[in-house]
Amino acid sequence: MGRRILFITTDQQRYDTLGCNGGVIGRTPVIDQLAAEGVRYERAVPQSVVCMPSRSTMLTGQHQATHGVWMNGVPLPVDAPSVAALLRSADYRTALIGKAHFEPFMDPFERFNENRVASLGTDTIDAPQFGGGTGPHRGFDHLRFATHGATGWLHYAKWIGAEHPEAVGDYYSVVDADLEVNADGFGDTGAPQVKHNAIPREWYHTDWVAERTIEWLSGLDADDDWFCWMSFPDPHHPWDPPVSELHRVPWRDVDLPAGYPESAAERERLLDEKPRHWRLWYDGELVSNYEAPTRWIPASMTAEQVREVNAMNAIEVELIDEAIGRVLAEVDRRGWTDSLDVVFTTDHGELQGDFGLLFKGPYHVDGLMRLPMIWRPAPSAGIEANVVTAPVGLVDLAPTFASIAGLDAAEWMQGQALPTTDADADARGIDQQLTSWDSELFGVGVYLRTITRDGWVCTTYLPGAVHDGTEGELYDLAEDPLQRNNRWDDPSVRSVRDDLIAQLHDSLPPERVPALELEAPV
Amino acid sequence: MASIRRSQHIAAQADDVWALVGDAGRLAEWFPGLSDVTVEGTIRTVTLGSGIPLTEEIVTCDPISRRFAYSITGGLLRHHRGTIDVFDLGDGTTLVSYATDAEPDVMALVIGGAAGAGLRNVKALLEHDSTSGATQLIEGNT
Repeated sequence: MGRRILFITTDQQRYDTLGCNGGVIGRTPVIDQLAAEGVRYERAVPQSVVCMPSRSTMLTGQHQATHGVWMNGVPLPVDAPSVAALLRSADYRTALIGKAHFEPFMDPFERFNENRVASLGTDTIDAPQFGGGTGPHRGFDHLRFATHGATGWLHYAKWIGAEHPEAVGDYYSVVDADLEVNADGFGDTGAPQVKHNAIPREWYHTDWVAERTIEWLSGLDADDDWFCWMSFPDPHHPWDPPVSELHRVPWRDVDLPAGYPESAAERERLLDEKPRHWRLWYDGELVSNYEAPTRWIPASMTAEQVREVNAMNAIEVELIDEAIGRVLAEVDRRGWTDSLDVVFTTDHGELQGDFGLLFKGPYHVDGLMRLPMIWRPAPSAGIEANVVTAPVGLVDLAPTFASIAGLDAAEWMQGQALPTTDADADARGIDQQLTSWDSELFGVGVYLRTITRDGWVCTTYLPGAVHDGTEGELYDLAEDPLQRNNRWDDPSVRSVRDDLIAQLHDSLPPERVPALELEAPV
Repeated sequence: MASIRRSQHIAAQADDVWALVGDAGRLAEWFPGLSDVTVEGTIRTVTLGSGIPLTEEIVTCDPISRRFAYSITGGLLRHHRGTIDVFDLGDGTTLVSYATDAEPDVMALVIGGAAGAGLRNVKALLEHDSTSGATQLIEGNT
């Protein structure tokens, strides 16, 4: 018997939504306890700030340029390398329960395995494997999928449609009649993607994911080694938690986030210091990507809407925290606690009011780039609790899982096993992270390359629809934690900028050739 | 309205490419995620893998210029036109393009994206590349 691995991800969650990271709106005692017992990372960085590329990095341990999923809607090749397959080859039982999103959701053809498996009624699908042969889809023996609502082809949608059809319409409709991301709001303030959802809590997808996880665990033998990726769709919008839970965080009592300037003039001044796509989106003049409503103009957002969104988000985070607690209780009941590693993180952040913006896009600032990440090593491993400030990334997760299982990192992995102390990071040269953005939507191309290193975050822009390739952003993370002072053109830090750019170009892996095709909006 | 184009260079004769993509009834051999295809006159009825039925009107099927065009009628689509062009490059190889114009815009990407996978299937089928995983592609596992 080895160490078991519970890999918990959320979707689009900010660093500052956890109590252990200073969050004050929602309560997260279970995750905070994991942090107190384990390693809490203060500068965890995604390799992409959208779902499919980021999740592909988690699974493959590769940068976007290598795995090739360069934007949402580009499917990860079914035979891409997978840390789950590696663990399975070491006799781990493997499951992925909740949101996968390595393949597009918007698939009426049901041509992707993620969308087919529920209809097939099988635990997994036999598929080509990295290195040849066939095996379970992406190395997972057991697949149970869910996403942000009750429609579509995934297991949760089929379950609630069959068992509780009256609740399907209670969810917010993520897309509108034109299949664009919905701009409507049905809460108290009219904030987009907010709704009071009448669904009973026990039918909500957060609890469903936890219950399916417990169900899978209950079928394992006591001496099985296992790797379970439990992937909650929340707190990604829509913000429509069960209405029974709204009392937890009354939105009128929520303070405005530090990143939200109340003055429109101040918001505009800050945005104008950044590359022009920031202000163009704020004013509703440019939509570069599918991830935000095309019919919503950020400049129209009110302070009350920011409060309501933050409250609803916090409620969803609280429900996740409690769901994790139930799963950990089952782990404890089975006697696995001492041998269980728990890794908690998310795929990317959420702007959630920063600079007067919501959702996500080509904006490499902390709202999207600073992730909650906690590793509670198995108590049996004897690793002391700690806080790591060195930059780590989602690319480091796959080699971490391999290490936990006693395996060498695979040659296709590009990260390093997570450090457990800053001294460990120093000793192993873990001192930077890379993040990329590429999007091409109906003729609008935007391309960013970013390095996080030495307390700075430096972003370069490639030529695109609204950039000529000379623009950039440079922020001192210690002195400017809200990234309000873009020092790209500041001559006093020119050498810092030039060194970071040189390091960025030296570090970026080559782009996959030919590029994978965009096959769906998301 | 949005417009999406996908294309493939195929190491096969243009006549062979046209014989496949220009035959309305052979669509399921190469377009992913279809469970049924029937053709009656100029009407093609397609059932998607999810069970959604689509009715299509064949607008053009021109074996001389090797152009096939069709429109999906009804459903979510306010407008749709799919156009397949097969170009003989004169060296024994062929360029095939699949253009999708649609409203709402998102549907152009949904259909056009699948069409791109379909053209990869055509390439795999006609180039007889046993290592390309053509069978898997046809099943939709891109």
